[in-house]
Amino acid sequence: MQKRAKFGIGIGVIVVSLAALAWLGYGESKTYYHTIAELQTLQGASLSHRMRVGGTVEPGSIHRLSGRVDFVLQGEGKSLPVSYVGSEPLPDTFVDKSQALVEGRPAADGRFVAEHVQAKCASKYEAAPGGTAAPAGGEARTSTM
Amino acid sequence: MDVFGSFALLLAFVCAVYAFVGGIAAIRTRHPLLVKSTRQAGLATCGLIFLATLSLEYLFFSDNFSVAYVVAHSNRSLSPFYKVAALWSGQEGSLLFWSFLLAVYVFSALIAYRNKNGELMPYVGVVLAGVQIFFLTLNNFVASPFKALGVPGVSGAMDLVARGDGNGLNPLLQYPEMVIHPPNLYSGYTGFTIPFAFALGALLARYPGEKWIHLTRKWTMIAWGFQTAGILLGAHWAYAVLGWGGYWAWDPVENASLLPWLTGTAFLHSVMMQEKRGMMKVWNVWLVFSTFLLCILGTFLTRSGVVSSVHAFASSNIGSWFVGFIVVILLVCLAAYFKNRDYLKSENQLDSIVSRESSFLFNNLILLVSCIAVLSGTLFPVFSEWFTGDRISVGTPFFNKVNIPIGLLLLFLTGVGPLLAWRKTSLDSLKRNFGWPLLMGLIAGAIAFPLGVREFYSLICLILCVFVASTITMEFYRGAKVIRARSGASFLASAVDLTMRNTRRYGGYIVHMGMVLIFIGIAGTAFNRDVQKEMQIGSSMQIGPYSLLLQNFDTKQEKNYTAERMIIEVTRDNKPVMMLYPERRIFPANQASGTMVAIYSTLKQDLYVVYAGQSPDTQAPVIHVYLNPLVKCIWFGGVIVVLGTLVALLPNRRAVLVLSAVQEPTRVKSLAGALTPSPTLREGHD
Repeated sequence: MQKRAKFGIGIGVIVVSLAALAWLGYGESKTYYHTIAELQTLQGASLSHRMRVGGTVEPGSIHRLSGRVDFVLQGEGKSLPVSYVGSEPLPDTFVDKSQALVEGRPAADGRFVAEHVQAKCASKYEAAPGGTAAPAGGEARTSTM
Repeated sequence: MDVFGSFALLLAFVCAVYAFVGGIAAIRTRHPLLVKSTRQAGLATCGLIFLATLSLEYLFFSDNFSVAYVVAHSNRSLSPFYKVAALWSGQEGSLLFWSFLLAVYVFSALIAYRNKNGELMPYVGVVLAGVQIFFLTLNNFVASPFKALGVPGVSGAMDLVARGDGNGLNPLLQYPEMVIHPPNLYSGYTGFTIPFAFALGALLARYPGEKWIHLTRKWTMIAWGFQTAGILLGAHWAYAVLGWGGYWAWDPVENASLLPWLTGTAFLHSVMMQEKRGMMKVWNVWLVFSTFLLCILGTFLTRSGVVSSVHAFASSNIGSWFVGFIVVILLVCLAAYFKNRDYLKSENQLDSIVSRESSFLFNNLILLVSCIAVLSGTLFPVFSEWFTGDRISVGTPFFNKVNIPIGLLLLFLTGVGPLLAWRKTSLDSLKRNFGWPLLMGLIAGAIAFPLGVREFYSLICLILCVFVASTITMEFYRGAKVIRARSGASFLASAVDLTMRNTRRYGGYIVHMGMVLIFIGIAGTAFNRDVQKEMQIGSSMQIGPYSLLLQNFDTKQEKNYTAERMIIEVTRDNKPVMMLYPERRIFPANQASGTMVAIYSTLKQDLYVVYAGQSPDTQAPVIHVYLNPLVKCIWFGGVIVVLGTLVALLPNRRAVLVLSAVQEPTRVKSLAGALTPSPTLREGHD
């Protein structure tokens, strides 16, 4: 019985402390995923969460200003103005009509302030049926494992 | 050729169904002819899959742009090297490639055991055929790579067309690692099917004893070796191509490849408990089951895009097939377990907390906790949406917070575990085995601390790495000393002899040594630095000991792409070190671009230079430089791990003795004498 208790305590200590660390890490990094339409209905505390919003870059909307890049994301018939303020250059895949995912917080004036922008990650990306077609027609499917 | 390929796939499907149904019938009736014919059907399935794969490659090499898959992933100017890789660069092709590699394993297993284990093999054959049926269903009816290219015609029906040239291969994939990384990783994923089939088969057949473990050890190690190599190659590809300065981002796809590796590693260790002490039988069976399930889950995560939120709007119908398959396997495993669980009774109990058994137990426990943490973090968006309606994802801090302490605990056990005795370890042997290594570790820590290694985890990691490396070195030293005393050979030769006599044990140590190096490399991450600067021709920047001077930039026209190239001179203390040429490549075929990172790599640190693009304001090139310490240790450690795995796969000693018998007859005699058990040459690790 004593042996079992020893093992039980050992296992318990490990599992509990790792779970505590997991909880800390969760609090530090949790990010809400919202669609553009949802974002416009959010109120109160949920507006201060860190969040990710996905959509399609509106053609011609990319404006490179000093210190930031402005563009408009579209999705489900709504659009969202975004200011990218991060220090990394935007990815190569970030162009008109590309699918992008922005991470940051909404500002009071309705713009979304993004610290990170991901454009469709070519290594894993699977085009939505009928979505972004390749330039010369045909299917744009670029994915590996 | 596309008709040929799809017909071969269809026939393969039919054969697999026969192997499955006929196999069940053969188990029921035990009719020898039926047993034989189902095995032949299994072989035929594999042969037909080989043919289908070859014919898809043929379509790539003959530039057949009437096939949709070829159009989407190749073009005329693509080099032959990448035409091979184009096979697995998209959904349909990678699923065919899965079937192909699985067929290689199934074929080898069926051939290797054709006259052996007569009771068990029909069961194994049925399980293997079942897995093949699933993938062949996808290949044939859901995602056929042989679909002709069609466009909607005037009448509304699809018109078949052929194009003059294809869209070309995704530039990110036009990199040598991308040719070898997926096959390695897939070989890992598919390879775990064999131990799974044997475990499930043995459980269904109530096959006596630990035989299935002995039979599958090599297969598991092969799959594990491929998986390890695949993960590291993928990390290296991300490091060298994606240009963000790191190699691991806890991306869902990376996590997916790590999950079966964690359970597979746990399995490789816990089988020793069953072999030596007849314990943990239920645990082992479930570890194999989970490893296989996680392989399928991994394929599902990468193929369906269910998690990665970039893909949240990219739906793919393939996902539901995988979910269905996972549920079916789980139900079959559960049913087999509940029907035959009495066959898995443990023969022994844990004796002491300081014993080999308990070190394996804790090793398994934390590998599993790590697996659960990574899995739940990866699937968090899916589950949070189910339960709360909000799609919440967790990022790097979550994964790091849990996995860094786990990694360090594992590292500690790597040093301690192999030297603990089975059942119970005396205080005296603890002192003898761990006194010196512990001292070495503490000394290393005491030296490193004033030199600036102040980060808590890195310091602990360094101490543990030195500790583990010393225990392993001591093991080799002690064993080699005994052999040397009897044979008079050199120390190195004695150590090689030692390894060859017990490849499993010493191969295992070599793998551990490789892991130590990988840990050292990972610990270096705490000291990464980076600088980003807009550069003019003639301007320079400074990072660590290096100065970078932008001498010029030019544009280079290559066959398949145009490269914008920065010409950067690196100096250190005003002495030239080397020239670096970071590039951006623009691929006209699909109007995509890719980064080529320039890396000056030394054992101490990597100077990692990225041409990040032009500044939006001034159009001047932006150069991003990283100084990443010790990264090379990771790749080097990976090579050692794979080498160790190969050593552990070698048969023990005999062949070596015959060889040396010809050269040194006297030595053979003394070697034979040395074979009697001695206190230092414990029967150990295996």
